[in-house]
Formats: sequence, structure tokens, C-alpha cells
Amino acid sequence: MKNSNVRKLLMDRSIEGKVGATMPSIDVPLQTLPNKKFLRENLAMPEVSENEIVRYFSSISQMNFSIDHNFYPLGSCTMKYNPKLNDDIAGFPGFNEIHPLQNIDTIQGALEIMFDLQNILAEITGMSGTSLAPMAGAEAELAGMLMIRAYHRNREDFKRKKVIIPDSAHGTNPASAVMAGFEVISIPTDTNGNTDLEALKNVVDASTAGLMLTQPSTLGLFDTNILEVVKIINSNGGLIYGDGANLNAILGKVKPGEIGFDVVHSNLHKTFTQPHGGGGPGAGAIMVSDKLIDFLPDPIVTKDKIDKFDLSKPQKSIGKMGAFHGNFGALVRAYSYIRTLGKEGINNISEDAVINANYLRIKLKDTLDLPYDRICSHEVVFSAKTIKEKYGVNALDIAKRLIDYDIHPPTMYFPLTVEEALLVEPTETESKETLDEFIETVKTICEEAKTNPNLLHNAPHNTPNTRLNEALAARNPKLNWRNTIEEAN
Amino acid sequence: MYPENLKYSEEHEWLLKNNGIATIGITSFAVESLGDIVFIELPQTGTEITQFSTFGEVESVKAASEIYSPISGKIIEINEKLETEPELLNNSPYEDGWLIKVEISDNSEFKKLMTAKEYESFVNAGS
Amino acid sequence: MPGAKKIMVNEYQSTYSPNTPKIKKQMLSDIGVDSYKNLFSDIPEKYRFPELNLPAPTSELDLKNELSKIANKNSTPGDYSSFLGAGAYRHFIPSVVKQITSRSEFMTSYTPYQPEVSQGTLQAHFEFQSMVCELTDMEVANAGMYDGATSAAEAVLMACRVNKKLKVEIVGTVSPLYTDVITTLTQATGIEISYNNIETILQNNNDEAPACYVIQQPNFLGEISDPGQLKLLSNKNNALLIVISEPMFLSMYQTPSYYNADIVVAEGQPFGVSLAYGGPYAGLFACKKDYIRQLPGRIVGETIDSKNKKGYVLTLQTREQHIKRERATSNICTSVGLIALMSTVYMALQGKKGLKYLSELCYHKSHYAAAKINNLPGFELQTNNFFKEFAISCPIPVKEVNEYLHENKIIGGYDVSDFIKNGMLLAITEMNSKEEIDNLITLLSQVKTL
Repeated sequence: MKNSNVRKLLMDRSIEGKVGATMPSIDVPLQTLPNKKFLRENLAMPEVSENEIVRYFSSISQMNFSIDHNFYPLGSCTMKYNPKLNDDIAGFPGFNEIHPLQNIDTIQGALEIMFDLQNILAEITGMSGTSLAPMAGAEAELAGMLMIRAYHRNREDFKRKKVIIPDSAHGTNPASAVMAGFEVISIPTDTNGNTDLEALKNVVDASTAGLMLTQPSTLGLFDTNILEVVKIINSNGGLIYGDGANLNAILGKVKPGEIGFDVVHSNLHKTFTQPHGGGGPGAGAIMVSDKLIDFLPDPIVTKDKIDKFDLSKPQKSIGKMGAFHGNFGALVRAYSYIRTLGKEGINNISEDAVINANYLRIKLKDTLDLPYDRICSHEVVFSAKTIKEKYGVNALDIAKRLIDYDIHPPTMYFPLTVEEALLVEPTETESKETLDEFIETVKTICEEAKTNPNLLHNAPHNTPNTRLNEALAARNPKLNWRNTIEEAN
Repeated sequence: MYPENLKYSEEHEWLLKNNGIATIGITSFAVESLGDIVFIELPQTGTEITQFSTFGEVESVKAASEIYSPISGKIIEINEKLETEPELLNNSPYEDGWLIKVEISDNSEFKKLMTAKEYESFVNAGS
Repeated sequence: MPGAKKIMVNEYQSTYSPNTPKIKKQMLSDIGVDSYKNLFSDIPEKYRFPELNLPAPTSELDLKNELSKIANKNSTPGDYSSFLGAGAYRHFIPSVVKQITSRSEFMTSYTPYQPEVSQGTLQAHFEFQSMVCELTDMEVANAGMYDGATSAAEAVLMACRVNKKLKVEIVGTVSPLYTDVITTLTQATGIEISYNNIETILQNNNDEAPACYVIQQPNFLGEISDPGQLKLLSNKNNALLIVISEPMFLSMYQTPSYYNADIVVAEGQPFGVSLAYGGPYAGLFACKKDYIRQLPGRIVGETIDSKNKKGYVLTLQTREQHIKRERATSNICTSVGLIALMSTVYMALQGKKGLKYLSELCYHKSHYAAAKINNLPGFELQTNNFFKEFAISCPIPVKEVNEYLHENKIIGGYDVSDFIKNGMLLAITEMNSKEEIDNLITLLSQVKTL
């Protein structure tokens, strides 16, 4: 990083009198402003010129790793290529400039896109209805849990207070269940990576509202017991929520609705290429079977006999998830992506994603531990357990060393059930050449673990920062420029 | 391995008895599993606590763990230093890193606690 | 080749998937299967390979043609004048905002869990948090939530956690769009929401304090409450005061810290974010530092690395779902990264002077318009003390007024007949020229004769 100035914050660059934007003229007669005592005295914002701002943000952006730059195998996040066409289409003024509260007659084009997308997502998942309102996967999970709750209460069954969640689940699952008023019952995964049927049978009872399941799971495995699992829950009157974060693996290969899921969400920023944006925005479409269709979040888009579109509130809707109708900008991008690929392209995604993941599985199974030695789906979980035992080098060290080779680390903070986990998801948009490079790199790093472990312990070496002191950040939080490390000293 | 003069609970707390007062903390095993401690949440003095129920929380960078009391009684003192120096738990879990002092209400509860040797076996068995 | 096994792959080739059928066959061979179909053998056979009823692939050229026709079916602000607000506002976005936020490094990176390769995102978020603190004059802010309404809902949940109570009071005219979301997100928590006006609350000394009071400043109809009264409300008891505000308003007026607000939330969209039919937006969330461990959402903090160089990390992560799971302060994970960046760049560009100037400009324009409308026979200004948005009552139903305006290429204000008879909420910003405003006045004057 040549620009040594890059860490200087905007307020430190601010000089009185610098101007960053031009001001429009005042074309109306001046009005009497309110008494000064009702106005703020000071607004401490930077004064920096436009070109300095451009240079600043361009420079700090260079400190980011991104999909457009290189391989980003972050498991369960589906870091696939984001097509640029989608941004252009989302940028059409007719989509980008319209106001959410415009009269229905004046935004029929927007509703048309949403209606079509609703149907497409229902078709892909084998469901009966869709709402595009939730603004992220976690919000969709909450919506799904609230719908399950509403469903049981509607049947006047108020005993259903528990939700069963496998211990391998992403953290948002239990967090969402609790926000929906449920108690979480955790069940283990068996040694084959499937839901433990005995454990499941033991916990299911009249207080079970349902089960939250990710398929394929966060272990990258499709549950071979799935039909039995569905039967156990259904026969007990419970519902099944499918976390669709891993939808990339099963597009056109199985429809969750057909095997018995009652509600499924899709992360449009994962499977359907809404750009990840450094942590959002996302969109979490939610699809339901007939059982739950009246409970969908508000709004859904409907079409009447004369092909006019409208925003409607389902009869027993759980309510609105946001002020407006969902993240329309993300919906347009997802729609544009699906239309580009069409039937053949959508089918192709899961094939290529699964081939890529299994290729990595085969090529690295003798380098790292493979907790589940079976065909995986679109991602594969390795473990650094043996390497840790032999050389004292753990998954975190390997992850940080990958950075030195210009590869983004795989997911590490889940699944919790695998020790020293490295969850690798290549996605379908990576070439065999990239994968071969990755395989070689991992092998090299594992050699380094043997011969020169400090190289890994102290990694990364080539980034703007070496390993950062997270304990200090939490012990002594400095969260804005009023309160920085220098000043404290 | 673990200080002989202390008693231990299955939730990895230690207890030092001095007349009717118990000084309570968490063991080095617990601290090592958590990593760098960043924050400790403790109740106010005067709070009544019961054996094996939670009375607070210890946070590290990557985990948060509830603290369970090894004994019943009334909290008469909390370690105020921990508010600005949570690292005391990492550096000195059995001395400077003590959490609370409790007025013991029921001496018979000690039966349910372990000696240093028993705790060591318990830990090695893979709690 | 004689004797060679035939390996089966799908022959479709997308521009996004680099491996050709030939390469895939080789990979399948390495994996040890004959067909890609073998890789899906875990799926129950009966349900494997369902038919997807989707249209055929579409080329870039064809898709652009098709979708631009659909986009053109919409009445677009820009093409039309727009006076619509009610929670989302049309403000000018300088060109630099789009350029910076379209950079791949910002757009195609993800959550900064590996801080060493995400310093761009983290430093930008730190700037965002800082700016939100300055704007709201509060001690700490998070890196953003889905929108203003969900921020308000999360604020309510947080106040209930802090005060360990389940009673919430919504005070005065708060946007129904917001109260709907607060109701939805609290429906399973046992939280009881009641609605009251501030005078009644201040007079009543018998009832137990709720967990929080929620007010909107300016309120849904644009009315700015007397800060003195709000101070009384805040001092009344230990209920947390949650203020829902607006960024352009905050740039000009006394901040909620004056009346001791505990939590301030707002919709960040007016600052650098396109209207985009309602999203994605960014909810601002700021509060007193006492509540830092109850804050939902991501927070970026400053720290140093092993060589003592300054850097940024996600911090206080034990509040979040990926660690605390069912005991997290919120289930929020993916949030609004890129949108928060848009607001950050916007605020940097406008700067201290620009924000002051723009907010005052909105004030001049809205007051100019309001005075003129108030003079029209049959119309009456219903908001006394307002900033850029105000309510008027019309002589005929709002629906008819708006239909007439639309025929004349104007998107009129929001129908608030639920609050005021034939009431319309109008927002005026720097995007409405004097010409546009005068045109609106002329057309409104013709409305009575319809």
C-alpha cells in the first residue's frame, strides 16, 4: 500500500472552506427561519474537496478483497460472480427513481417484475405463494417463524411453543426463532452428517411448533433421512422451515415444497447475485405452501382479471416487515439474473457448483481432514484438527495464511459442530484453473505448517494490517472519530 | 494443577471459604476456553443468589458464558476493578480476578462441591 | 476412443460459469463418477430432477429491451415532478456517490469477518458510524439496519431489554408505516403497545413507567414538537426516550440530545440513496453509550495490530447471532453495507456547510409552497411548525386531486385522509424548482372546479 495517508480519517483531512459538492441556487423568496434556539449550533462534518473524497474512498477500497478480484470461497455465502447487467437494469430510471408510495396505477411496471419474480421463486422451490417483503435472510427467517406461530394459534393450538433446530444451523436460525417467541431445542447431527433421527424422535411432542432445517446443511450435505424427518414432524402436526441459504446446490434438482417443506426462504444476495456490498443490502424472499399462504408478510403482489397489478395484504398476514415493500433494487437484480440464465442456466448452476465442490473434496481430502467422507453438495467442510495436533497450527492460522496467497479465507465461525472447521464453497462461477491453484495453495500451506509454522501463526504478512487485536477493540471500544486510539493515549 | 485450598463446581467456578464469607471466581480452565476476556457482567451488592443458578456473564472476543454460583448467599462485595481491567481474569483468575464475595447462607451446600483433585479429574474426563 | 466410458454433463454454457463440458467431464472423472447426476444421489429418487417451468435464457440485448419497456410503464420522478414523501424523499445525489459505490471492491466484497482483507469496508463503516453520531449528536451508532422502521422496532426491543419491561408507549402521531413494523416485530414478545398524546402522558402521574416512549420528530404529518415538552417527557421517569427523526431535519434543527433522547433512529435514504421503489435503504441507529452492550446490529471499532498499526474490526460481536445465537440482541446478519456507504460518501461530499445549506433550502421552498397553498380557496395548511413536509386539507378527495395532477405530469402528495379530512402530505426538497412549485399551485387552484 503506497498511499501511507490512507488511514487518515475524513475529519482529520477536513480544512475549513473546502467544498465537496456544488449547491443548487435558491430560486424562491427567502422565508423567515425559525428562532436560533430551535436550531442546532454546530454540525461537525468534514470539509473536504470532491477530488480528495474520491481519492480517499478509492484508496481505502483497495484494502478490500472482493469477488471481482479473486477467489472468495466463503462457505454458505455463495460468493459467485455478480453480473454487471443486473446493475444496469436496476439503474433504469423507471426502476431506480420511483417512489414506494406512488399510486398503483403509476407503477404497474414495478409490480409486474415483482409478480413475475414471485411466481418464478415459487416455481423453483415448489411452493404456492411468495412474499418479497423481507429485507434479508434473517428477516425472512423471522417472518417464517412468525407465520408458523400464527398458523398454530389460528388452529387454536397454543401449546406449540418449541422449535427444533440442528446444532449445525447458522446462528440466525435460533436467534429468529426466539424473536418469534419460541424456545429452541437443539438436536445433534449424526456421524454421517444427517439429522439424528433418534434424537429428533425423542424431542418431538405436542409442544413442537416445527423444525428449522437447512438443506443441504451447513456441512454441505443433503440429509439422506430427509423424508423420514419430514414425516416425524408432520405426523406430529408440526411445520417445516427450510433455510434456503444453500439453494445454489439444489436449483432444478429438488423442490423443497415437493418433499414436504412448508416454508422456505431464499437469500437473493447469495443464490441470485444481488451484490454482497460489504455486508448488504440483501433480500430474503419467502415462499410458502398452501397451509401458510394466508399468513404471508404484507405486501404480496396480486393480479386481477384484467391483468392489473396491486399490492395486497394476505388475509391473516403476520404484518409488514419494513416500511415499504421489500428491497426492490435487489428484486430487480435477481429477476434480471434469472431471466438471463433461463431454465437451462438455472439448472446448470447447481450442476457446476456441485461438481466444483466435489472436485475440491477429492483433491484435498488427503491434505486436510474430511469429517464427512461422502458426496457433498455445493460446499465441503474440512477440518484442521490433525494439523493442529501435529504441528500446533489451527484453522484460523491456515485461513490467515491463505490471505498471503491472495485468497479469501473460507467460512470458519460455523458449523460449530466441526472442530477447526473450514467450510469451502467454490460456487459455479470458478474455473477449474482457479480451483487447481487453490488446491496447490492449500497443500503448500499445509507443508509450511510442518516446516515453518510461525509463518502461519503470524499470518497475514502482506496486508495493510497484520492480525488485529480484537480483545482491545472489545475491552476498550472506540466506535467513532470523537473517540480514537491516539486521543486516548 | 488447581489451587488446593479452593473448592470447585462443575460449571468451572472456584470458591475460597474464609469464616462465613465465600470469595468466588472462575477457573483457569474456563478462562482459557474463553480466550481474552473483554467484559464481565455482575449483579449489584445485596443480591441474593442460589447455588448453581446464574448470577452474571463473562464475555470474551468470541464467546459469552454465564456464571453459575457455587454457593447460596448474599453478595456483599463485587470486584470493581474488573470493570476497567477485565484482563485480570486472564492474568490472575484465582487472585486479582475474583468476581464476588458472598455471605454463606447454608454450609451444607459444600458437600456438592469438588476438591482440586476431583476437579482436575473432572476436567480431564472431558467435561 | 474405443472402450472409453461416456461421461455425462449438461451441454449448456453460461457466460458466468467458466468450465466447459469438456473440462467438467475431466473433473467428474477425477471425482470418480460417470455423470453429474450421480452427485445428486442423496436426494430421494422420487423427487430428483423436477421440471423447472421457466422461460428460455435471454441475451443481454434482448433482456435490456424487454425490461426497459416494462420500466417505461412507470411514471418516473424526473419525468414527472414529485411532491411525495411520507418516509422516503427525493434529494439530489452527486455523481461521485454512484461512482464510488459502484467500485467492485466495495460492491462485491462481503461481511468483514476477516478484518485484514476488509479494511476498506471497515474504515468506511467507522466513518459512517462517526457521521451518524455527529448527525444525531449521540454517543454511539451501529453500522446500519434494514430501514428506519425496523430500526425503530429494534429500538423498542432494546428498550424493553434494558428496562426489563414489556410496556411501550407510542406518543403522538407516529408514522403508521413505522408502527405497523413495530407491531409485527414485537408480536411474539409479550410487548404491549399503547398509543397516547403527550399532554395526557405528562398529566398522568399514576401509571407505572413503560419501558420506553416512542416519538417522531417531526411527526408523521410534519409537525415539529416543542422541545421543552419532549424534555419533560424524557425527565418524567426512567422510561427510555426513543426518537424517530430524519437526516435532513437533523442537519438543521436542535438534536434529540437536547431533550435527553436515549435512542435515535432514522431512515438514512434521503442521504445519497435512490428511491428505488422502497429499497434497499439504511436505518440509522444511535444511542447513549450506557446501552452499548444491548445495541443490535454490527459495530465497527478501532484497534491496533501486532505491529501497533491502527486498524478496524467488527467488535462487541458477542451481542450478535453468530456467537450468541438464541441469546443475541437481534437476529440481524446481512444488513445494509453498500447503502450505508452511499450515505457516508454523500455526507462527506456535502460536508458541514452543504448539509446546512441544503436543509435550509428545503425549508425555504417548503414554506414558500405552504404559504401559497394556504392562500388557495378550499385548501388549508394543517401543520403549524414544519420543516420540509407539511399536511394540507383539500376541497375534494385526495385521490381525485392526485389523478388530476398526474394527468399534468405531477406526482402529488401522500393521502393522509385517515388523519385529516381530505388530507394530503406534501414534501418539498431542493429537487422541486420554483417553476415546479408554482405549477403545482396553479393546478391545485383549478381543482375545485373539477
